Formats: sequence, structure tokens, C-alpha cells
Amino acid sequence: MGDALLTTIAAGLTLCVLSFLYRENPFYRFAEHLAVGVSAGYWVVILYNQSFTAKVVEPLRQGDALPLLPCLLGLLLFTRFSPRAGWISRIPMAYILGVGSGAAPPLMLQTLVVQQFHATMRPISFTADGLTNLLILIGVVCGIAYFFFSTRHSGAFGVATKVGIWILMIGFGATFGFTVMGRVSLLLGRVNFLIDWVRLIFGAGGA
Amino acid sequence: MAWYEPLLAIDRRVLYALMFLAVLIPTLLPIGLPIRITPEVQNVYDRIDGLRPGEIVFYALEYDPSTAAELEPMAMAMLRHAFSKDLRVLACCLSSTGVTLVEDEIARVAREYDREYGRDYVYLGYQPYPGIVIMTMGENFRTPFPLDYYKTPLDELPMMRGVRNYDDVALVFTVNATSGIDHWITYGQGRYKFPLGLGSAAVMATNYYQYVQSGQLFGIISGLRGAAEYEMLIDKGTVARKGMDVQSIAHALIVLFILFGNIAFLVERRRRRLGRAD
Repeated sequence: MGDALLTTIAAGLTLCVLSFLYRENPFYRFAEHLAVGVSAGYWVVILYNQSFTAKVVEPLRQGDALPLLPCLLGLLLFTRFSPRAGWISRIPMAYILGVGSGAAPPLMLQTLVVQQFHATMRPISFTADGLTNLLILIGVVCGIAYFFFSTRHSGAFGVATKVGIWILMIGFGATFGFTVMGRVSLLLGRVNFLIDWVRLIFGAGGA
Repeated sequence: MAWYEPLLAIDRRVLYALMFLAVLIPTLLPIGLPIRITPEVQNVYDRIDGLRPGEIVFYALEYDPSTAAELEPMAMAMLRHAFSKDLRVLACCLSSTGVTLVEDEIARVAREYDREYGRDYVYLGYQPYPGIVIMTMGENFRTPFPLDYYKTPLDELPMMRGVRNYDDVALVFTVNATSGIDHWITYGQGRYKFPLGLGSAAVMATNYYQYVQSGQLFGIISGLRGAAEYEMLIDKGTVARKGMDVQSIAHALIVLFILFGNIAFLVERRRRRLGRAD
């Protein structure tokens, strides 16, 4: 009975959201606001249960006071709301920026740029792999050429930029195709859920 | 009225209704269209299938109810493959709204294979700031996760004895629908060089194929289609496979919409131009 009730509530909310396809309406807005509120509340509870308990409450119980330091830094961020004490928030902010700017740039350069460059510098030959490498090289060079705006896109360079725009269009097309597949999957998930709900209700009625 | 004019004036709600039917009918009456295995999915399967019993795989299952329709079948298939090969599973969820969903799935598949918590699998749960969590796990899993999801210290779990960081797991695989994928590539694989595989939501997949080509990912499973391929490879689970009939018919319908819409648009544009020329 409990499962049937909860599933019926979920199915009702699903229908509220789908009703937007007909037109904007109060049922849709109710479901939308409920989702935002529940998500925010859920996040707070999960954060407290999973993170704050494990990293602050438990160590304090065992006599370790060190977690109070990051807690203090976190609380100092709220001084930003005070015009007189707002400067204090720069201390934790400096820590956050320091960690972020220290950790991110070298790794990002290595993984997103250098290793990707390596992947375009592979042997070219008349084998399937070699021709694939050639295609990748042409795609990368022509794609980048399209975004070079300091010279007129004409002549041989114009041909390269035209190839570049075709490469980009193929990429956008693939992304669109995958997006459609993803959205259909989500619709399928909801349809499956509604079918299960109908079966559950009729099954319960029959019993 | 010209033949194409009704095509240009179809109410979008009619298209929605047709799409709903295109999804509903094959869901109720499956056809069983064939599915071909792609090399990227085969790579993932081969990599996991080649591991020895008892080895640990790290699964970062990072999705929530909004993308569960695509990624839940994939995660279930990955878990089933690992448990059927007697691999041990260490899992986490760095997406706050998916923590309990993932916990339920792991427990459900573990029950199917009679696996015991703490000995055969461990669920670390959630911690905020995925980039920092991924980096600190490279030093020690206990730094970001002093306790597991059920608030047990990691050292009290038999499976975690002697397991310190990524060096002690055979591979990392993330089923992911968040920007956490970039964090795993940059702060995880980029820094600690462990074998990394990806199962992504379809909408994000094209952003990550280049990492397979560069060797930063050993394979990629994309969306429900990838999940269906994996279900075929392990020969367990049918949720994604059944969904492929729906995908094929819905895609055919969308292609028809696009074709008719464009043909009608082009014909009308040509007539207008000819009208102006006259």
C-alpha cells in the first residue's frame, strides 16, 4: 500500500511536469518548485550526514580539534555580508584561490592540451590507422584555421577554413544526434515508469 | 492551399503526441532490432573481463534521478559484470542528489550475486568538491572518506585492509552525467595515470571520444545505446536492450520530421523566390 501510494505521488508529479508540453500551467509550476525545494533540502541533509558528520563531528568526538580550523575559514566567508568586516572574507577566499590556481593549471595544460596534441602527432600511412591519423590531423588543423580571424579567409587558407567549418558541422551533427538519443532515453524512462505505475494500480485493484 | 503548407503549420503538440506514441508502442510491443557492438564498448568489456578474481575495481557512479533512465542500466551492467567475475567493487557517488539511488542499486546487484558488504564491496558515499576529492583519493581514500556511507571507519572493513589509494585498484570507471568527467580526466587520470574508463550520458559523449583516441580513456560507453551493448556482452539485463527498439523508431520519426520540415521549407522558399522574380 505504501509503495503504491508513493508511486502514485511520483506518477502524479511526472504527469504534472509532462503537462507543460501542452501549455504552461499551475500543476507544472507546482512540480517544478517542489523539485527545486526538495533538491536543495536533500543536498543539505546529504552534506550534513555524509560530509560534516564524517569530517567534523566524529573527529571532535575523538578529541581532534583540527577540523575547527576549516570550519572557521568557512564561517569567515559570511563576513562578506558586513560592510565593515567584509575584508576578513578575503582570507578564506585567498586560500580557495590559492589551492585552485596551484592545482588546476599544470594538470589542465597537461591533460587537455599536451596529451591531445600528442594524439594528433601519430604516424601517417596508407593503413586504416594511418589514414585515420591523417583525417584527425586535417580536422584539427582546418578546425583551428576557421577560428583564425587575423587574415582573410580566401585562397588556400579559405579552402582550409571551409573544410574546418564542415568538420565542425559534422561534430555538431554528432552531438545533436547523441542529444536526441539522450532525450528519447529520458522520455522512455518516464514512459516505462508510468506503465509500471498503471500495472501496479490495476494489479492492486485486481487483488 | 499548396501541399506543403499544412506541414509548415503542424501544431507542435501533434509532434509531441506522435513522439509519445513512437515511444509507447515499441515499449509495449518489442521488435528486437539487432544491436552492433562498438569498439569503445568492447574495450571496456575486455579490460574488465581480463581482470583476475579478487582484484578491486573503483566505480564512481555519479548521476541522479534526472539521468537515471540512461545511466542506471549502464551502472547495473557494470556492477553485474564485476560481481560475476568475482571482482571486488569500491564505489562512490560524487553527485549529491544520486547518493541514495546509487546505494540502492549497488545493494540490489550485490544481493543478486550474494555479495557481502565490507568483504566484496564497499560504498564510500558522497563528499563535496569532486576535483579535490579525486585528487586526495590519490593519496589515501581515507582522506576524503574517513567513514564509508554507513559511517564505518574504512579500516574496520576487511576489503579496505591494505587498500590505500588508486595504486591498489585495477582500474577506475566512472558512470557520469556531470562535469565530474573532466575532473576524473584532469585531476585523476592526468595526475595518477590509472586506467580510466567512462560511461557518459549520450548528450555529453561527443566531448569525450577524443580522450579514447589519445589513450587517456581506455573505453567509453555512451548513453542507453552503450548500456544495451554492454548488456549484450555480459548477456544479463534487458532494460537498455528493450530501449533500443524505442530509440530506433523514435529516431526514424525525428528524421522524418526533419526531412518533411526541410523539404516543405525549401519548396516554399523556392516558390517565394520565383514569385519575386515574376
